[in-house]
Amino acid sequence: MKQVIYRNLSSRFLLLGLIALLSFSSNHILAQDADPVAGKALFRANCASCHKLDGPMTGPALRNVEARLAEDEGLDRAWIYAWVRNSAGMIKSGDAYANKTFKEYNETPMTPMPQLEDADIDNILAYTAELPPPPPEKTEIEENGGSSDNGASNKLILCALALLFALLAAGLYLVNRTLRRFANEKGIALASDDEEKRMPLWKAFVQNQFLVLVTAIFLLLASGYFAYGWMMQVGVDQGYQPYQPIHFSHKIHAGDNKIDCKYCHSSARVSKTSGIPSLNVCMNCHKSISEYSGDVTLEYDKEFYDSEIQELYKAAGWNAAEQKYSGEPSAVKWIRVHNLPDFVYFNHSQHVTVAGVECQTCHGPVEEMEIVYQYAPLTMGWCINCHRETNVDIKDNAYYTKIHEELSKKYGVDQLTVAQMGGLECGKCHY
Amino acid sequence: MKNLYKILLVTILIGAFTSCQKDSRPNYQYMPNMYEPVSYETYGEYEVFPGKQEAMLPAEGTIARGESAFDYTDSEADYQAAKASLKSPLDSTQVDYDKAKGLYSIYCAICHGNKGDGNTSFSERDLIIPGGYDTKDITIGSIYHTIYYGRNTMGSYANQLSEEERWQVAAYVEKLKADLQK
Repeated sequence: MKQVIYRNLSSRFLLLGLIALLSFSSNHILAQDADPVAGKALFRANCASCHKLDGPMTGPALRNVEARLAEDEGLDRAWIYAWVRNSAGMIKSGDAYANKTFKEYNETPMTPMPQLEDADIDNILAYTAELPPPPPEKTEIEENGGSSDNGASNKLILCALALLFALLAAGLYLVNRTLRRFANEKGIALASDDEEKRMPLWKAFVQNQFLVLVTAIFLLLASGYFAYGWMMQVGVDQGYQPYQPIHFSHKIHAGDNKIDCKYCHSSARVSKTSGIPSLNVCMNCHKSISEYSGDVTLEYDKEFYDSEIQELYKAAGWNAAEQKYSGEPSAVKWIRVHNLPDFVYFNHSQHVTVAGVECQTCHGPVEEMEIVYQYAPLTMGWCINCHRETNVDIKDNAYYTKIHEELSKKYGVDQLTVAQMGGLECGKCHY
Repeated sequence: MKNLYKILLVTILIGAFTSCQKDSRPNYQYMPNMYEPVSYETYGEYEVFPGKQEAMLPAEGTIARGESAFDYTDSEADYQAAKASLKSPLDSTQVDYDKAKGLYSIYCAICHGNKGDGNTSFSERDLIIPGGYDTKDITIGSIYHTIYYGRNTMGSYANQLSEEERWQVAAYVEKLKADLQK
């Protein structure tokens, strides 16, 4: 018994010792080496708005910055501390490398970070010294391979079917020919040979006046129907889907990334036209985003999207390597999809801001469109229909309260439609 | 054989008619001179304009109706000056936080996050990482200057927001910063 107790005790001591050792050793690691995980958080909060790890942004790339500075310029960590906390002071004091970098990066001053302790900067440096993550496995391509296989197999099946039908047709033709030959040899007259003796079908048809009348009426009605359908689509551009000079995917921007329509089409809030954004609006994000990193399809792959971003840079005159506008900007000839005829007036702000109509009500699921098409017919009937069915939100509109009350009384309703408020007057839209 | 020719003829005719319809081309119109405007249309292309562009920048020094001149230029010195001394013309009763929040969520939240902490789907994917307002040394003057001219990778929002809207958003950003620092 005693022995057992002693053993227990000794093992307990061992365990305690182990814990103590572990905790001391971990403390020891923390004290000496900086923590890249904490550094990452600090980097993202303080540095990442101007610095990327790889590649230039507003400021230079920071991957392995400490090692590079030490090797190339002979600058130590103390220089980095001083620079981070007060770069402007260093430039003033005439530090050679500080002035060189400042000039190189378009003389954009670095925001001083006096709040960062030495340990914080150590952590950030530890994060920047980490090796870049290995490039992700190219699983997408495999998926694509699968889908292309699918397409290929579909085509194969179709080809096989077509071949089968061709064989069947050839077989029938051959059987027919052989049978006719047999008939000829045996002297049997085929049924088709005595057709002349009977009255032809069309003569019988002409002689039956009732049938002629019914057919004529049917033909007239049918042609009227098709003529009406054909004439009603003249001047209606529903489904119009032009190719734009730069492939702008609304699916990626409004759908995948959920950018509000009014971010780019900001004048839809306040003016008649929903403006086509000028390229500086594109550059708000694309200064930072120079590569596509989302889902790809067979038709639109990463190279395609990346090349379109390069087209944007070319048109905006943006030099991504130097991070400044140095090229000659050129206008992009966007093709307008939605056009109303000149004889009708339409105002975006009245619908978007005053009425609060969703863009999708008229423009359809733009956030799903790779290439935008005209969703609604934009005919007068379509406008009128919406004006008849839509109730107007008349709450908290003090200026018009009296008019709204009287109109409600006149029509005997609680909710006024646009039509009841004069939305069907010709002069509202045609003048 | 005759039947075959007839079928072929009908197919060709149908083909000829349907091939005229193309989605990448606008449809034909009854009377184009009633559809096509005589006046210059927004974004139109006309010989009289420089570069044939109807869309032109306003003349240098133009001040939009209802707005006022902004004396600070796009320079570091003026940024610091705005940061130190520029104050909002809106008093506390004129700041409409609901309206400002709506504008903020359209124009700013996509990069800065709904709470201003910089956590967005862009920052998760390491595309745009602006950092939170709580870590930034900003005042309402510097916020306004940044919205007006842009700063570093952020572009100018002067063409998307009017003067009054910019001040509303700047006030809202200040509020977000204060909320984050609580």
